[in-house]
Amino acid sequence: MEHEYSGGLGKKRALRGLTYVLLTVWALVVLFPFYWMLLSSVKSYGAYNAEYIPQLFTLQPTLENYREAFTAVPLARFFANTVLFTLLTTALMLAVTVLAAYAFARLNFRGKNLVFVLFLSLMMIPSELVVITNFVTITELDLRNSFPGLILPSVTSVFYIYLLKENFEQVPEQLYYAAKVDGTSDLKYLFKVMVPICRPTVVTITILKAIECWNSYVWPRLITDDERYFLVSNGIQTIRESGFGRENIPAMMAAVVVISAPLILLFLAFRRMIMEGVSRGGTKG
Amino acid sequence: MDKKSAKGWLYILPAFLFLGVFLLYPLVDVFIYSFEEGFNFASQSYYGVGSYNYAYVLRDPYFLQAVKNTFLLVAITVPVSTGLALLISLGLSSISRLRELYQTIFFLPYVTNTLAVGLVFMILFKRTPYTDGLANLIIGLFGAEPVDFIDGPYWAKMTVLCLYTVWIVMPFKILILTSALASVNRDYYNAARIDGTPAWRIFTRITVPMISPTIVYLIITGFIGAFKAYSDAVALFGTNLNAAGMNTIVGYVYDMLYGSSGGYPSYASAAAILLFAIVLTITCLNLLISRKHVSYLS
Repeated sequence: MEHEYSGGLGKKRALRGLTYVLLTVWALVVLFPFYWMLLSSVKSYGAYNAEYIPQLFTLQPTLENYREAFTAVPLARFFANTVLFTLLTTALMLAVTVLAAYAFARLNFRGKNLVFVLFLSLMMIPSELVVITNFVTITELDLRNSFPGLILPSVTSVFYIYLLKENFEQVPEQLYYAAKVDGTSDLKYLFKVMVPICRPTVVTITILKAIECWNSYVWPRLITDDERYFLVSNGIQTIRESGFGRENIPAMMAAVVVISAPLILLFLAFRRMIMEGVSRGGTKG
Repeated sequence: MDKKSAKGWLYILPAFLFLGVFLLYPLVDVFIYSFEEGFNFASQSYYGVGSYNYAYVLRDPYFLQAVKNTFLLVAITVPVSTGLALLISLGLSSISRLRELYQTIFFLPYVTNTLAVGLVFMILFKRTPYTDGLANLIIGLFGAEPVDFIDGPYWAKMTVLCLYTVWIVMPFKILILTSALASVNRDYYNAARIDGTPAWRIFTRITVPMISPTIVYLIITGFIGAFKAYSDAVALFGTNLNAAGMNTIVGYVYDMLYGSSGGYPSYASAAAILLFAIVLTITCLNLLISRKHVSYLS
């Protein structure tokens, strides 16, 4: 039942066409940097530098730059560090968050409301304000250039505790009493019943945290100056400033592709979940 | 303490410890640092208490440059990205074919590493002895002179920084606006259509009022995010942002703390608190202004 207002079908078609043009233009703006990094990463060093006018495609793709990226700089090491950092931080965050969210949602203890309000108010603290003291703390504990120093201050996310607590509270309380009657311990109930029921939220916060870890730059930069502990962000910055000789752009782009690929693949695999998670609890705006 | 309370506390203890050590204690400490004058990192000593650190930071030309850069970045990117995101979201919600594909593509910058893709922007805009770069090639088509956007004049560097920032923040804004648009009750549109209301009027009288809380939310988070800009600038101009004249307030804080210019946690603290004060003031102003213009009925 299409009701046309004054202006009619032609005008409507034109508007629709214009909409698709706009969306396509923005899609190209978004995709172009990705295309450009892929393209530059398969151009040979000589060919790239011979192009005074950059070419939009290449007929002689080469994987030489990828070999260069992994041999001339410790890219594999940056990569492994980041994987380790992401896995450990996310796992610790999950453990801490699940326990705290459960306590706030199901357990009764003295001071609970006060602590919860305190937690909520901590959500407003910008990380820029606390990073200075954390830097001093970690330095004094002699944890610079170490995984504990990288990981420990990055673990907690008050917002995720809040998000999971809200979800835990939606699980009917009768289940809890039934489990109690059966003599199930709290811990067992939490991991056998609550976590499986709230799996979408658990997965969402896991993925959001993993993205955050993979891209973290500021804290790792402050706390590591030994290349052996660099994460990919710091690695790419080092590569930019000293690695490969500044002019070997194709090798640099190969490294950029290697670093960007995991998150893009993760996104394509969990597209819906990530987008929903971000619209519920994402930041970065 | 009874057993029940003990158990509850045991469950929140890990979170409590992490937050206490890495969030609560530092928050108090940063204020203390900012008032300790002449703090020496090596000996952990200081010789006075007062507002000297603030006075120093406020007179530091690097800080003033950083403030100027940050305000310019905020003033340009927040309206541009919010407006553009609104336009794109309206487009997205008016189509059905290919919508999922467009949404997926538009979200991609959110999951990219800021530092890594910043390098791609750098090579697109950089002018080297070998090539003028693709950006110059394109503006050359319109008869403009080539310019080095990375090491060149201030306006050129600011342009790239703004472009990259907008590129990075768009996914979040499009996502939030698209779901806000989808949640507007269809009845309003149907009623307007039966009345023969023109499209522009539907937009200004129905769509905008209905999603105004979301727009305000995006403007506020946009302001906060843009005020904290840092890694995008590093990605484009390298770690020595002061030399490039492109430092941001957050960058100034980190430079004071660490690196070749570092070792001054007191100055860093004072700068961080000034930043926080600016952000807080602007957020409050935003809320005050928006209260007059936003309709919360839905």
